[in-house]
Amino acid sequence: MIISIASGKGGTGKTTVAASLSYVIPESVYIDCDVEEPNGHLLLNPKIINEEPVYKLIPNVNLYKCNFCNKCVDVCEYNALLNLRTSIFLFEELCHSCGACAYFCPQNAITEVKKEIGKIRSGMADNILFYDAYLKIGEESATPLIKQVKEVYKGSRTIIIDSPPGTSCSMFEAVKDSDYCILVTESTPFGLNDLKLAVNVLIQIGVPFGIVINKYDESFTKLEEYINGNDLNLLLKIPFRMDIAKCYSKGELPAAVTEDYRQMMVKLFAKVKKEIIEVKENA
Amino acid sequence: MPDNKYKQIVILSGKGGTGKTTIATAFAEIISEKIIIDADVDAANMHLVLNHKINLESDYFGGKKAEIILHKCSQCRLCESVCRFGAIKDFIVDKISCEGCGFCYNVCPDNAISFEETNAGKYFQCKLEEESNFYYAKLLAGEGNSGKLVSQLKKQADKKIDENIKWIIVDGPPGIGCPVNASLAGVNLVVIVTEPTQSGLHDLKRLIDLLKIFKIPSGVIINKYDINMEMSRTIEEFIQLEGIPLLAKINFEKNFVKAIQNSKSIIKYDSNFESMFRNIWMKIETIIKN
Repeated sequence: MIISIASGKGGTGKTTVAASLSYVIPESVYIDCDVEEPNGHLLLNPKIINEEPVYKLIPNVNLYKCNFCNKCVDVCEYNALLNLRTSIFLFEELCHSCGACAYFCPQNAITEVKKEIGKIRSGMADNILFYDAYLKIGEESATPLIKQVKEVYKGSRTIIIDSPPGTSCSMFEAVKDSDYCILVTESTPFGLNDLKLAVNVLIQIGVPFGIVINKYDESFTKLEEYINGNDLNLLLKIPFRMDIAKCYSKGELPAAVTEDYRQMMVKLFAKVKKEIIEVKENA
Repeated sequence: MPDNKYKQIVILSGKGGTGKTTIATAFAEIISEKIIIDADVDAANMHLVLNHKINLESDYFGGKKAEIILHKCSQCRLCESVCRFGAIKDFIVDKISCEGCGFCYNVCPDNAISFEETNAGKYFQCKLEEESNFYYAKLLAGEGNSGKLVSQLKKQADKKIDENIKWIIVDGPPGIGCPVNASLAGVNLVVIVTEPTQSGLHDLKRLIDLLKIFKIPSGVIINKYDINMEMSRTIEEFIQLEGIPLLAKINFEKNFVKAIQNSKSIIKYDSNFESMFRNIWMKIETIIKN
């Protein structure tokens, strides 16, 4: 079972919910897919057991074989290659590792070589299997790293995926094969606006989802009007509490230090599990 | 550093939800002779609080996407085998997974794949109340190329620069990836908005490392300062060691949230904050002049 936690807007409480859920599920795996700014480790304090570099493939042109025919440049949609007639220049950050240049080179002059784009760490936090990844600073593209950190764990435990913010390619990569997605929003027009965008992504890719309102404030009624008006599933409302905010600021896991927060997470997991079973039965 | 009459400032944070947009919007309200750009194209929010009128709505073409023309397809599956993005399954291209590399289009022996520019979002050219130009965008769900859209917004804004423009204020995206890099083009100063939490500090460090690569100067605002005084002081010490100026310490203010809830900038919602933001702005001006 794969449950992802996403939000659209940053700072709504994705990581707090994702880490807390992992904590209350008896045998869980937590995977931090926010590879630009991974924060899950700050709340879960895992013991890191292994750290491995992650690579993407980039073309390497053998200039003895190359006759500067320009085919590689022609097939590269990203304008990552430049034919200088005495060499072929590569803009590494523009390369998407599609492999077309190597495949089409008539001289067989291109081989693909590895370039480090970040690292994947694995560890344990009590009974939680922990994985996260760090995008190398200055590296542009997060999706290859997200793809790889998701592929490391192959067992049958319940997997919690902590998604990056936003609604573009990296969020899509993180949530796309989930059985269920929990969208964490907040009681502001920003939270509502970005929730709508995230809902759109999930409807398009057919991932069932429910909503958690964090920092809930009943005076902002538009959020619930939207949720009810569109028949969306409201899973949980968590009121803003200074003690929870303080707890987070110190790097403490709210579910581990506050009993009522832990209870909320237990109920949230039970609800999500039931939803997943219902979706599977209806399918 | 670009030698222009105007100065460009981008507001970034690394971590999301620290208060970038609240602070960028406050600056937008107190200064004049400016252009405002919301570069958080995934999840733009500035337009929700800045009073504006849309003058022009344009389609954004983010790149090409493949499509299989079934009646020409001989079902050899070569396209499926070369696609590195897992975007082709059983003769159907998943448009969201397709990264527009064109490998399938070039390899297909039947010429059965079309490869055309597709609409990936919209961008808006707007006027603010006092006739300043304001730009924001909406990327379609799950689309890539957000960096390219940020560059597109900045290019549009460039056309409106004349001798009367003194400031370009850019509200940046979270993270440290491609749209952030695109937002940094031509910037004179980065205003980093952080918060006194473990993750605020962690993400601040990574952002500062990125700015070192680009050699762009920055200043820091610690927002929600009093949530954890100890952590706030740790952050202050850290930036001091890095030689980065502290621009402001802002306490956790309920009215920041209330302002957003009422779809207003903090300046319009509670004018008591105006002098505070004017002071911060004066510091920014001093740093830029030196």
